[in-house]
Amino acid sequence: MAAPQPLLQVDNLRIEFPTRRGTLLAVDDISFHIDPGEVLGVVGESGAGKSLTGAAIIGLLDPPGRIAGGQIRLDGRRIDNLPYEQMRRIRGKEIGAIFQDPLTSLNPLYKISRQLVETIRTHAEMSPSQARARALELLDAVGIPAASDRLDAYPHEFSGGMRQRVVIALALAANPRLIIADEPTTALDVSIQAQIIALLKQLCRDHGTAVMLVTHDMGVIAETADRVAVMYAGRIAEIGPVAAVIKQARHPYTHGLMGSIPAIGHPVEQLTQIDGAMPRLTEIPKGCAFNPRCPEVFDKCLSHRPDLRPAGGSDVSCWLF
Amino acid sequence: MAAMAAFILRRVFQAIIVMLVVSALAFVMFKFVGDPIAQMVGQDTSLQDRAALRERLGLNDPIIFQYLRYLGDVIQGDFGISFRTARRVDVLLVERLPATLELALVAAVFALAAGVPMGVYTGLYPDRWLSRVFQAVSLAGISLPTFFIGILLILFFGVVLGWLPTFGRGETVRIGWWSTGLLTLSGLKSVIMPAFTLGMFQLTLIMRLVRSEMLEVLRTDYIKFARARGLSNFAVHFGHALKNTLVPVITITGLQLGSLIAFAIITETVFQWPGMGLLFLQAIQFADIPVMSTYLILVAAFFVVINLVVDLLYYVVDPRLRLDRSLAT
Amino acid sequence: MSAPTQSEAEIESRLTAIGRVADGIRRFFDGDIWYSFKSSRIAVVAGIVTLVIFLAALFAPIVAPSNPYDLATLNLLDAFTAPAWIEGGSSAFLLGTDDQGRDMLSAIIFGTRVSLIVGFASIIFAMLLGITLGLISGYVGGITDAVIMRIADVQLSFPAILIALLVDGVVRGLLPPNRHADIAVWVLIFSIGISNWVQFARTVRGSCMVERNKEYVQAARIIGIHPILIMLRHVLPNVMGPVSVIATIGLAVAVLTEATLSFLGVGMPPTQPSLGTLVNTGQNFLASGEWWIAVFPGFMLATLVLAVNLLGDWLRDALNPKLR
Repeated sequence: MAAPQPLLQVDNLRIEFPTRRGTLLAVDDISFHIDPGEVLGVVGESGAGKSLTGAAIIGLLDPPGRIAGGQIRLDGRRIDNLPYEQMRRIRGKEIGAIFQDPLTSLNPLYKISRQLVETIRTHAEMSPSQARARALELLDAVGIPAASDRLDAYPHEFSGGMRQRVVIALALAANPRLIIADEPTTALDVSIQAQIIALLKQLCRDHGTAVMLVTHDMGVIAETADRVAVMYAGRIAEIGPVAAVIKQARHPYTHGLMGSIPAIGHPVEQLTQIDGAMPRLTEIPKGCAFNPRCPEVFDKCLSHRPDLRPAGGSDVSCWLF
Repeated sequence: MAAMAAFILRRVFQAIIVMLVVSALAFVMFKFVGDPIAQMVGQDTSLQDRAALRERLGLNDPIIFQYLRYLGDVIQGDFGISFRTARRVDVLLVERLPATLELALVAAVFALAAGVPMGVYTGLYPDRWLSRVFQAVSLAGISLPTFFIGILLILFFGVVLGWLPTFGRGETVRIGWWSTGLLTLSGLKSVIMPAFTLGMFQLTLIMRLVRSEMLEVLRTDYIKFARARGLSNFAVHFGHALKNTLVPVITITGLQLGSLIAFAIITETVFQWPGMGLLFLQAIQFADIPVMSTYLILVAAFFVVINLVVDLLYYVVDPRLRLDRSLAT
Repeated sequence: MSAPTQSEAEIESRLTAIGRVADGIRRFFDGDIWYSFKSSRIAVVAGIVTLVIFLAALFAPIVAPSNPYDLATLNLLDAFTAPAWIEGGSSAFLLGTDDQGRDMLSAIIFGTRVSLIVGFASIIFAMLLGITLGLISGYVGGITDAVIMRIADVQLSFPAILIALLVDGVVRGLLPPNRHADIAVWVLIFSIGISNWVQFARTVRGSCMVERNKEYVQAARIIGIHPILIMLRHVLPNVMGPVSVIATIGLAVAVLTEATLSFLGVGMPPTQPSLGTLVNTGQNFLASGEWWIAVFPGFMLATLVLAVNLLGDWLRDALNPKLR
């Protein structure tokens, strides 16, 4: 059976930043897809290019960053080169976004009812009162207690976790088919994080919304994602079904990442750690970007860059396979 | 509402303190600069008569009593007699008040009406040529001395083209004790150049402020999130960004209203505008202390009132300051 | 603690201070600031204009075609001569003459000299006052600090020109009228200086508060050097950047304030006119068509202030690119 058309297809995406000291390649030739209703986790250290990839997909790269090559397709239609106005119609309606910090994502000067209503009415023909009713539904759906009382509250009157629920309601307001969730729980208390992830997962499953979940938290990925992409220094190190990547990590970097997570119930003598730090974008080595830190590095890694190739259940870019 | 009441009370209290300090300053000026006796009596008055007058006026009382008496007089609106014109200072100032207030008001409206859109435009499109023109204008507005702007205007529109009157208020209409020049054609023509001169510097300030605030706000997360929700540029720029630039704009504009009244001294001199500033300047030239100290008190009162209003406007614009609501929920 | 040790420390501290200045000068020409100056076209133009004006003012007696205040050279028959390129102009008076037959170009050069002297003197006065009060405020803290800073707040909420006018008026009231003209310069310097000290004080105080609790200050106390001396040596280099920016822009403000006061007739007297006085005189002849008497001094003033402002803006950006 032929695979159904993916919802989102990213091919050979390159994102660069012109700087005074030359152009930095922040995302270097990455390809992946997301199927309808699927949750793709994207993990990696800060600076690996995860958030930039998300921003590029919704067309909100901060200048001077720009897409230098490759294609992004939604339902087979190219969206990386659309005029601003056309892309704007896609944002919110087809692709929603949730950012890291709920405390700063909401405009502090407007009631959340207003922010919800304007989003709803931007994408659907509705009277103000219909939109308000819809806003109330959304607040209910994201689990805001006594939603009808809180509709006309200001953002500062909500706690961090509640604010992120409002943000999720806003992102879902027009029923997009894909949500880019960029570290949606990093700024929250640990106890709240699990609730928000569970909520996001449940809502997306109910509506058949696909999610690109950007995070550096392997635990969240293990719980939530269907597939996972591991990014390192602007490249994809390994991508595959979550079970395969977590249980049988192939790439030495993924292996290291998994080794640094304590497993509950299994007394571990020692957590492994990866020596060194991810190279700066100006200093990415020749060959495999991971070679200075790789415990299994050999000659070829120093001179030739590995491409993604199938290994076991997933695709890995490593000369070991 | 309790928090708001407390907030206002605190502000009013601070305002009273400032006014007490300023009135003390005015009193000190009154008391130690120039000799009131010498101003009041002729050359041939005997020393005994002078001493008697001094005693009668209470000038030998402890200084604190003198201050309190001064304060009492001030509160009752008695600011003394002008050395220069021998008329009551309060009457003099009230005569001049409408001219200055109207000038400052027109200048402020002009500065806001032009400065805010110019600032928004340069903030949104920093690289367009019109933005560069605005920036150049703003540089000129900061560097050209106010009086020189006035003189250039007089030269071109008054002397060379002959379109606008070069001095005075034109015809005025009395409404009760207030005299307004804004209801007659000659009055309106007369106010154009002075208001432009006076407003130019504020326009520059407002434009620069709005521009930098706009640039700042456009980088915030909530603007990015608003874009990510697919809102139109119009909604993002004017609904979300502009309102968030308003708080600092209100502060500066409010404070600038006060300085408009002070800067009016210069403009009124250039255009011989019969306002308080001209009166104050004449008072300085003649060391007419009662008029100077009264002007000081009046201007301070303006500043204090404007500050209070600005604080209250914050409340209206920024819901985060209305803490009482969040306490209730 | 013996006296010689102390003076040795003092000598040493002075030597390091001298070394620091020499270092600073060397760094200035090798360093980023000079580079950034050279690469900013606006800054270079503004710098050249400022330099030319400064030099012209400094060497006014040599540069100016005539001494405008030597009554012997004035001829009333030359009065109201138009600028040279206009009908009725004379090549002897490039920018025309005023009502006394004085050469405007010379009057402007000498007027610039007066404006700059008052500007520099008052900004130096403001700087010394501000730095001293800032150091005291930051070091002593407590009530002293609170009082100084409240005064600063209140003063800052009133326009400098108003404060300068008030001080000027009060001083005039205190002095007999026949002496006004003689001491006008000092009154101006005092009133402009006193209206501009606040920003210096705030900057120095801020830096002082940061340094106050550092260990070297405690250490200095232990070895018997007065902490304020030590702080002076550490605080001053830290605030050199901001202070030089404030001083540069302050110079523009001071020149403007002086011009405004003189224009209003409460600054420099007509016997020692500054640019503002010249504009004030010229204003009377606008309506009768002798526009050059007011306009040329005004343009000179605007050019000077613009050039110094641009230099100040550039300096601020060069020293701290993050500042808007």
